[in-house]
Amino acid sequence: MTSIEGNRGEPRVRPPFPANKGLFGKPTVLNNVETYANIAQIILKGADWFKSMGTEKSSGTKVFALGGKIVNTGLVEIPMGTTLREVIEDIGGGVPNGKKFKAAQTGGPSGGCIPAEHFDIPIDYDNLISIGSMMGSGGMIVMDEDNCMVDIAKFFLTFTVDESCGKCTPCRIGNKRLLEYLDKITSGKATLQDLDDMEKLCYYIKDNSLCGLGQTAPNPVLSTLRYFRDEYIAHIVDKKCPAGVCKSLLQYKIVKDSCIGCGMCQRQCPANAISRTDYIAPGKKLAAMEIDPAKCVKCGACMSTCKFKAIIKE
Amino acid sequence: METKMINLKINGMNVTVPEGYTILQAARQAGIKIPTLCYLKDINAIGACRVCVVEVKGARSLVAACVFPVSEGMEVITNSPRVMNSRKTTLELLLSDHKKECLSCVRNRSCELQSLALEYGCDENKYKGATSNYPLDETTPYLVRDNNKCILCRRCVAACKEYQSVAVIGANARGFDTHIACAFENPLSSVACVGCGQCITVCPTGALTEKSEIDNVLAALADPNKYVIVGTAPSVRVGLGEEFNSPIGTEVEGKMAAALRRMGFDNVFDVDFGADLTIMEEGAEFISRVQNGGVLPMITSCSPAWIKFIEHNFPDQLPHLSTCKSPQQMFGAIIKTYYAEKIGKDPKDIYVVSVMPCTAKKFEKTRPDQNAAGEGIPDIDAVLTTRELAKMIKRMGIMFNDLPSEKFDDPLGISTGAAVIFGVTGGVMEAALRTVAEKLTGEELPSVDFTEVRGTKGIKEAEYDIKGLKVKVAVASGLANARVLLDQIKEGKSPYHFIEIMSCPGGCVNGGGQPIRTADERNNVDIKSTRAASIYALDKSMPLRKSHENPAIIEVYKEYLGEPNSHKAHHILHTSYIKRGL
Ligand code: SF4
Ligand code: SF4
Ligand code: SF4
Ligand code: SF4
Ligand code: SF4
Ligand code: SF4
Ligand code: FES
Repeated sequence: MTSIEGNRGEPRVRPPFPANKGLFGKPTVLNNVETYANIAQIILKGADWFKSMGTEKSSGTKVFALGGKIVNTGLVEIPMGTTLREVIEDIGGGVPNGKKFKAAQTGGPSGGCIPAEHFDIPIDYDNLISIGSMMGSGGMIVMDEDNCMVDIAKFFLTFTVDESCGKCTPCRIGNKRLLEYLDKITSGKATLQDLDDMEKLCYYIKDNSLCGLGQTAPNPVLSTLRYFRDEYIAHIVDKKCPAGVCKSLLQYKIVKDSCIGCGMCQRQCPANAISRTDYIAPGKKLAAMEIDPAKCVKCGACMSTCKFKAIIKE
Repeated sequence: METKMINLKINGMNVTVPEGYTILQAARQAGIKIPTLCYLKDINAIGACRVCVVEVKGARSLVAACVFPVSEGMEVITNSPRVMNSRKTTLELLLSDHKKECLSCVRNRSCELQSLALEYGCDENKYKGATSNYPLDETTPYLVRDNNKCILCRRCVAACKEYQSVAVIGANARGFDTHIACAFENPLSSVACVGCGQCITVCPTGALTEKSEIDNVLAALADPNKYVIVGTAPSVRVGLGEEFNSPIGTEVEGKMAAALRRMGFDNVFDVDFGADLTIMEEGAEFISRVQNGGVLPMITSCSPAWIKFIEHNFPDQLPHLSTCKSPQQMFGAIIKTYYAEKIGKDPKDIYVVSVMPCTAKKFEKTRPDQNAAGEGIPDIDAVLTTRELAKMIKRMGIMFNDLPSEKFDDPLGISTGAAVIFGVTGGVMEAALRTVAEKLTGEELPSVDFTEVRGTKGIKEAEYDIKGLKVKVAVASGLANARVLLDQIKEGKSPYHFIEIMSCPGGCVNGGGQPIRTADERNNVDIKSTRAASIYALDKSMPLRKSHENPAIIEVYKEYLGEPNSHKAHHILHTSYIKRGL
């Protein structure tokens, strides 16, 4: 609205609400394209037709953009009240490569994730909110066991930090600091006190931001904390990323007894981190290799080169 | 129509306020202070800083009291732990991206961020992480912007746009990278900034300051080969005391003169003398324009920010400007010519310092055609703001409040009531009218008070009948108001003969170099009027209240200049302008 008026794109304070005083001070109807699309159909076919679909409180249909670890990606329109399981298994074709479903993120960057335990929940506005997510933009990203939930939270928050208009303090600086807490966690430098402070900061940002963007920005963090706190704690206490995603917590190691000493990895390593040891494993002809963790940049090249599965990450 | 009253509860107390009040105003009425950082009455209600948050029963999140209107039956809590912890976090977040150098910061102890941090018991190092690192903008001779101390309250942006209609600064970039700058990251020196310094006086932190000339002045004072003369502008005497804990607008002329003397200036003069001189020249110019069909309306030229404004925005209207130099420049010019001759000094050895309520004067002194004594000899060598003078007084160990009251030196310390009112909007007009009327009629005025042009209203107008000659005048302060009068002239619809314009709202008493008052004071006290009242009291108390009766002025014309607007006067006391455009 402010952009149309020729000003910098920033939210304004409410009240007054756009419906009373909006564009150029005139009452303004402000809705998403999907809403307008629905209205046309409702006018054509009547409210009863619209209400015949969906649940009592959320009638009609909803379009989701299915993505992530799922066989069929793309846009799907479902009646309200369809369960998550139906969407993901029946329509989406389930999680590929026989991996286990872990969670689905709905509502885009301001939404939250729904863990496997809520797989059978019928999707409507109230249900999603009650489990800490939201309908929002209608994005639905499916995650499997290979996804790190802290990393996911970081992914979404990076988006909101980029999108923040910079007008109000809680969002401009608060979300930036929140992202920095997540960075600290995924690089194994955080303490439990940080986790505590971070959680408080989340609630503060929700409570204090000027507009919806800031108020919902911490949702991905809060909902992953709610269902996957153990993953956060693993990063902090054990300095480990259970899903093996967070690079700085990984270590590449050569299992000396499996290494035949061919040196392929050494040739691949861009960081010159691999050298030969004096140790010849039983039954092998050449001395085994080893990785200097101080030099390793965790590119993974050695691991994919090694034909003998002698290189592991943990 | 009677205003509807609204009943609400604040912290459990019943409060009744007019409809349309914000929670901030309602709380204030109930004796409850809610902290603010971005809010500034009349010009900035944007709900950005979030330090004013309060709880409203039924609301999902906290709301910003500065913008949230009251409604019937509303229940507000302003000091719950939820509220106070939130404010504390907001402050700590601000401090996490802030160049924390309070020890040497110009705003130490007058900084709104600092005082709130203290009030809320903040841990300034609570949040660590990325910090901004912006280069300073020191490209102008009057202002320094340090965005590393900026809290993005945007009060400066609002002042520049709303008071001045200049609007050369705004928010650039997004998110954490947001910062205040000119369009396309241009330096301030390359845009149409007029140097008024209103942005500085509204800034809650040390992000904006005048470019200090204290060191230059100290060096001149220490130089045995320099004869150092100081003069003070009218408004400084009703501002300076505030820097020494006196109430707003306290008049400290006598102590100020005493302090300057103790600082080692060779002469302690008064720029008010320059103001009387201005009236002689400007009055004569006006009479001549009226009698000889010159360009009317004639517009005053005392306010350098206004000069730069018209040069940028109305270059085709420049012939309306009086060609008179400002009082500061006339003061310097007459010292380096007439007075230098009188005391037998080479003007090159004289160093003139003026103390001003103004930052634009720092720019003015660098303008071309402001060197009456010759190329390379500027009329004015250094300009100190009221704030800088206070700082120097403190640094030099002068106990200001214990000083006796002293007088300025003769002869350029002699002035009239007409000169001192230059400090307020309408003052130059009133001073000019006092002289013009008597010159035109040859009779003494029954009363010297032209009260129609007094007061802090943005645009004032009046019509006077001077022996059959109808003179229609207008007075504007704040450049947004000036723009209205200039648009009229541009359209050929201006009904006026004589216009006074002061860049700063309320005139120089509220200039960009005056002591900085907090937003809370600005929102609740009429600072302009309070300082103006002291100016008018001073005028009233003076034995001479008309510029042409100043004996020192009479002598300068007799001994040196001849007549007002004489050839010599033109050379020394008048100047030229530049078509700048945008
Ligand atoms: S919450 Fe974020 S996007 Fe919204 S106004 Fe504040 S800074 Fe801008
Ligand atoms: S992971 Fe990359 S950097 Fe590290 S040892 Fe293997 S090849 Fe070298
Ligand atoms: S701006 Fe305020 S908080 Fe910042 S350094 Fe200066 S005095 Fe301290
Ligand atoms: S000095 Fe005046 S014109 Fe320049 S940026 Fe500040 S407020 Fe605007
Ligand atoms: S420079 Fe000062 S007034 Fe302007 S936004 Fe920054 S803190 Fe506010
Ligand atoms: S009104 Fe006074 S203080 Fe303001 S710019 Fe003009 S001369 Fe300076
Ligand atoms: S948001 Fe109210 S004072 Fe800044």
